[in-house]
Amino acid sequence: MLAVLLILFPLFCSFILFISKGNSGRTIALAATVIEFVLGLAAFYLFKHNPDSNLLSYNCVWVESLNIHFAIEINALSLLMVLLTTFLLPLIILTTFNKSENHPSNFYALILMMQMALIGVFTANDGFLFYVFWELALIPIYFICLLWGGNNRGVITFKFFVYTLIGSLFMLIGLIYLYNHTNVEGHKSWAVLDLYTAGHSLTATQQGAVFWLIFIAFAIKMPVFPFHTWQPDTYVVAPTQGTMLLSGIMLKMGTFGVIKWLLPVVPLGLQEWGGTAITLSVIGIIYASIIAISQKDFKRLIAYSSIAHVGLISAGILAANQQGIQGGLMQMLAHGVNVVGLFFIADILMRHTGTREIDKLGGIRSMNGNFAVLFLIIVLGAVALPLTNGFVGEFLLINGVYQYSATMAAFAGLTIILGAVYMLRSYQNIMLGEKKDSSLAFGPLHANDKIVLVIICIAIIAFGVYPKPLNDIAEQGTRSIIALMK
Amino acid sequence: MKGLLIISALGLLAMLAEIFKVKKIILPLTLLGIIGALIANYFEWNTTMSISYFDNMIVFDRPALAFSGIILCTAFFWFIMANDYFHEDTNVADHYSLVLFALVGALMLTAFKNMTTLFLGVEIMSIPLYVLAASKKGDIKSNEAGFKYLIMGSFASAVLLFGIALIYGATGSFDIAAISNYLAANEGNIPKFFHVGVIFMLIAFCFKVSAAPFHFWAPDVYEGSPTLITALMSTVVKTAAFAAIFKLFMLAFALSSPVWSSILAMIIALSLIISNFTAATQTSVKRMLAYSSISHAAFMLMVVLANVRNNSSLDALIYYSLAYCGGSIIAFATLHVISSNGGDESFTAFNGLSKRSPLLAFFMALAMLSLAGIPVTAGFFGKYFVFTNMIGTPYKWLLIMAVLTSGVGVYYYMKVIIAMYFKSADNETAVEIKMPIKFTIIIAGIVTLLIGIVPGMIAQLFKF
Repeated sequence: MLAVLLILFPLFCSFILFISKGNSGRTIALAATVIEFVLGLAAFYLFKHNPDSNLLSYNCVWVESLNIHFAIEINALSLLMVLLTTFLLPLIILTTFNKSENHPSNFYALILMMQMALIGVFTANDGFLFYVFWELALIPIYFICLLWGGNNRGVITFKFFVYTLIGSLFMLIGLIYLYNHTNVEGHKSWAVLDLYTAGHSLTATQQGAVFWLIFIAFAIKMPVFPFHTWQPDTYVVAPTQGTMLLSGIMLKMGTFGVIKWLLPVVPLGLQEWGGTAITLSVIGIIYASIIAISQKDFKRLIAYSSIAHVGLISAGILAANQQGIQGGLMQMLAHGVNVVGLFFIADILMRHTGTREIDKLGGIRSMNGNFAVLFLIIVLGAVALPLTNGFVGEFLLINGVYQYSATMAAFAGLTIILGAVYMLRSYQNIMLGEKKDSSLAFGPLHANDKIVLVIICIAIIAFGVYPKPLNDIAEQGTRSIIALMK
Repeated sequence: MKGLLIISALGLLAMLAEIFKVKKIILPLTLLGIIGALIANYFEWNTTMSISYFDNMIVFDRPALAFSGIILCTAFFWFIMANDYFHEDTNVADHYSLVLFALVGALMLTAFKNMTTLFLGVEIMSIPLYVLAASKKGDIKSNEAGFKYLIMGSFASAVLLFGIALIYGATGSFDIAAISNYLAANEGNIPKFFHVGVIFMLIAFCFKVSAAPFHFWAPDVYEGSPTLITALMSTVVKTAAFAAIFKLFMLAFALSSPVWSSILAMIIALSLIISNFTAATQTSVKRMLAYSSISHAAFMLMVVLANVRNNSSLDALIYYSLAYCGGSIIAFATLHVISSNGGDESFTAFNGLSKRSPLLAFFMALAMLSLAGIPVTAGFFGKYFVFTNMIGTPYKWLLIMAVLTSGVGVYYYMKVIIAMYFKSADNETAVEIKMPIKFTIIIAGIVTLLIGIVPGMIAQLFKF
């Protein structure tokens, strides 16, 4: 029941927000997401002490004739993602506290609806339900970007919407194909384990086709080169909170999807095409890093850096060994936190100085020392310095890719060097050096901005120094997936 | 069958009402009559599996009753909605009786078991519509629509007749069951002109459902006709035509499918591409909807192509019809409201509708999402059922094409939503919606959502 509550509570709050008028929206939304985080922690606690508790899963029939179930389960894999989602959402809402949106309640209602769909994607244990949540997550974010986004948002968000929708339709076909091959006592079934069995029963060629049908949806969502063209524009044009949702959590739908809905489904397809997919991911790492280095707009730079990071995650996961997948999971968590922090920094810079152009900024450290320290911690997390949260995952990922192919690992490893180049260089330009005109306006931070940044920095350091609790769960989840791939 | 008789009687009564000057009672009488027909339908559903009439010329079996149920329900809400269209007119009774007779034809198309009743059904349904298309007498576009529809429709009827004649020549019978028995008995020994006849009939019906390349009449006729008549054409007529196609191609000519299925595949492919890409470039919402109806026809034809003669394919067809009827009733009603509030039919007329009437904008957005096939609306499950039927066939390339073109489809449906929620209106006056139209829109919206959330309901309702 706890699992159902995790999905229904945000939905319920989102309805309340849709109806409510006036400015109480943000308080309600914050309270709702904090409660949701507590629920997430409760799930964590329960999982630690009693992983088989039936509070953590739920299963009832949704459409009888098609054997579609409303089946959700919080297991090791989904727990990590649920924690990430519930942890980030209150922060994202808190970042809005000192600016005024048009129609605030609708804005928050859409964010909560998004949370509902995201948790649904991460916990669904039924192929069809997974697809429905997957699509449902797209609609609120589309409207968030469309209604509260920046210049030229019409065309850009459109491209994003159509691109991802076509991807997911391919996935739907792949899933239906699997569904048609299931046979549980003469009936077809959407249950995830039955889909695995169906996938294993296919020939190598069929598995290859299913691999691409499903992978394309995930590749677009993450995005992996060459399906990334929607991403930089959308990230830049979306409102900050939209970008945070997209990069912090929604991107993980893709990587999570690969782990749960691709690797164990078509092992032969993976053998056949995994190499190609990893190559694409690695190309993406280098390509995006190089573009990031030459970016002038800080937000756009982060957008490209995100492609590079996710490329590494995807390469590690597709290598399909213990280190790769476990590292992927850890890095998904770390990247979620770090990228939200970075986009928030970009937002703060924009608000205080009116520009995000790296060249026009400089010497902000002397205006606001606290900000400089917080920014530095987040940057260090992003470049995966040891003792920050980024290190654990990145180390495991490169290790995982190395076991698959040393050459690939050599190229993938470039992400650390190139990442350091663009992150540290932009930090240097923005924060250090001569004070530029636009930097003079940089005053003290608002209290809520400070709270968000401090929480993010604490998370970065805490999980860098002591990653064990999460790492244990990631290891457990990885083992279960690897066992299913055989 | 009783439903068919009741509707025919209603048509006659509506004409008499003109003579006796009791026009006011036509609407309540019609609505009562349709409810009566639905009740009669319900009892026939429960009593026997199939009753045949007139020497097996008309058989109301369960699929027929299901399709006629959808047609009657749609017509019921259509009459409620069309009330104010009829009131402005002088020849109310004529229009009522024309629509009612078109309905009679539609019901015959769901229940025919003989080529003669098929042809009668097609003609009874089409001829009133030619007149109705031209019923805005002062408007040159409406006249053009009626004329075009008449000419093209007559061509199609001629082709249909020719097809029937060829089939009769080969089999010596008009009876559907006899034809399919003939096919089963003479496998490998069937004269070529039989197949030609089948293809002629296919072409005639592709004309009726406006599938490419027989679609050229559709955009002009849809645009020129009064909006509510367009709504009737795109819902009732389409459903009836698909009921007929189901019976002909999925039952009667199923055994000759190797001959016609590749042609049908080409027709579907053309329809998908032409409709979606042309719709994307339209500036008028009404024309966009006309092209989108071509694309939906292609989707429904895919179920026919999949040609799996089991309940799930019939379910898929019925579900898709219902989903499509729901979506397009809302869309055309909204269009009608906007144009009667001083707007035209272009995309710009939708600008800022969310401020002018939040209710209308919400339901229109819902309809667009449903037509685009986004979960959890009815349209999504419609698409889903089509995909499940198609995936077992050799036509997987068609499926990929359907996916890609529905991406284009999302583009033009979202254009309406963007206009409503995102662009600001020239005039901010609130839109006035008449009560009956509001009622219809809300009911259709609820149905669209409800069968999207509980799609099993339809399959449960129609257990064949």
